[in-house]
Amino acid sequence: MYALCDANNFYASAERIMRPDLRKRGVLVLGNNEGCIVARSAEVKALGIKMGQPWFQVKDMARQHGIVAFASNYALYADISDRIVTVLRDMAPCVEPYSIDESFCLLGGVAEPERLCREMKQRIERWVGVPVCLGLGRSRSRSKLANFIAKRNAEFEGVFNIDALQPHEELARLSNIEVGEVWGVGSRYAKRLGELGILSVADLQAADVEFIRQQFGVVLARTVQELRGIPCIGIEAQIPHKQQIMCSRSFGRPVLTLEELEQAVVTYSARAAEKLREDGSVAQGVMVFAYTSPFRDIPQYSGSRVIPLVTASQDTRLITAAAVAGVRHLYRPGFQYAKAGVMLLDLLPQEIVQGDLFAAGDSKRSRSLMATVDRLNKEMGRGTVIFAGQGIRPRWAMKQGMKSPAYTTSWKELRIVRA
Amino acid sequence: MDSIGKTTLTFVDDTIPEKLLNAPWLAALAPAGDPGTSIRLPLYQDAVRAGWPSPAAGYEEARLDLNEHIIQRPEATFLLRVQGRSMEGAKISEGDVLVCDRAITPVHGHVVIAEVNGDFCVKTLWKRGGTVKLLSANPKYPPITFEDGSELVIFGVVTWILHKTPS
Repeated sequence: MYALCDANNFYASAERIMRPDLRKRGVLVLGNNEGCIVARSAEVKALGIKMGQPWFQVKDMARQHGIVAFASNYALYADISDRIVTVLRDMAPCVEPYSIDESFCLLGGVAEPERLCREMKQRIERWVGVPVCLGLGRSRSRSKLANFIAKRNAEFEGVFNIDALQPHEELARLSNIEVGEVWGVGSRYAKRLGELGILSVADLQAADVEFIRQQFGVVLARTVQELRGIPCIGIEAQIPHKQQIMCSRSFGRPVLTLEELEQAVVTYSARAAEKLREDGSVAQGVMVFAYTSPFRDIPQYSGSRVIPLVTASQDTRLITAAAVAGVRHLYRPGFQYAKAGVMLLDLLPQEIVQGDLFAAGDSKRSRSLMATVDRLNKEMGRGTVIFAGQGIRPRWAMKQGMKSPAYTTSWKELRIVRA
Repeated sequence: MDSIGKTTLTFVDDTIPEKLLNAPWLAALAPAGDPGTSIRLPLYQDAVRAGWPSPAAGYEEARLDLNEHIIQRPEATFLLRVQGRSMEGAKISEGDVLVCDRAITPVHGHVVIAEVNGDFCVKTLWKRGGTVKLLSANPKYPPITFEDGSELVIFGVVTWILHKTPS
């Protein structure tokens, strides 16, 4: 049994924790240098403001409706994300962070999974202050769908178990959900599937597995199996996320030294950046995490850091430098790390990026260098050209104006309470 | 003796107190006593160093850690800084840092961080017989009451006050 836990409008919700005056007001969060919208609260969504819209387009409407805009405060979001994962790890047998605001919980062996999920939701909201939804299902894909249903239907109060439905109920629900909502089915697949007459999730669930495998590849074929209740896609399968790209692996044997952890992170960064370029996107932030195995009776530690990129980038060197800096900061000696990963956050199409005059960023030369590296690696095998990983010093000083204070990570920026 | 170096001896004598069995330093000593008395102990899985170990060896305690002591649940704990003097009578001064735990259920008498008029304030919670009030520690400040319709929202319970001396 799997449960997908994800925060509602995560960045916006994180900003609201310390701002009781914003609980009922619209909140939106902007990416690098106050460029594009990366998060919206429900009120902002209701006004039809879209993800990725540039701030200058939306500024006036925001002012009219009393919407408060923030520049992304990754230090805060990373900390809040960490807290959520900590609460989950304390309550569920096994937790796999999937992105900065989503985690899969493996609930195999839990007697009352639905009740546990309600308790987890309540505890996260009480202890951390962020509203979440949990979806339960026999496979990861089903749990993601269940989460989608929980989010869209307030009557379930944030927890929904898709496996508790009768077959005809399930069919009815899944017939009314677009196939694009299935985990791993992006807009590209959705279009092609649509052309083949597969429009709803139910359609995909009923599709011929072999046919899907021939037309779309093994991952989507496995997805069909998952929809039918057979778990066969591991977290390592790296299903592309709409807003993030992740590369992570469990270690063959526990990793103890910072050096080894760094090496792993350099590898993951390179891989993730490759995928980013394939995707035609740039990333606005780099998240790195590492944790001990929850299955072993050893001291437990789970840590993550987010490094914002001054200019959105797809450059391996910048991304790697950011990830390495992050892992150095989160590393604690004396723990046996079982897994680490690098996540690229808040992707934008590469055409959108406006260069910062003074940033190292993605110059034309850097982009052609990257293209050459990619081609070499493709032709001669992955790892033909690898990066030393050191020596690049990214500038992380972003415009401070619209960023909320680092309430939880800086003594100088603590929230004031009136006495 | 099994292959990973653990020695297990059968425990026979019930009079050996329970807490001795768990004393870390015991594990470093060679088993003593008459053949009729034996103790089941887990030994370190690492190789035992040659030579007679000091009774203090293996009992190394970590230096006092403020974090561990003050913050029970880091994931539920937030720090805030005080501005204002209405709680001086409760030993909360301007500039102090408050450790606030959201996991504790607030009860009558707790110092709490409450959400009032869209802002955070620190007050003592009064909760008796269906009435809920927030009290200051200064007679100049009247209690904050909650009439029907308005709701008291508590951010968390203050567990520690960090006050810096002028040093």
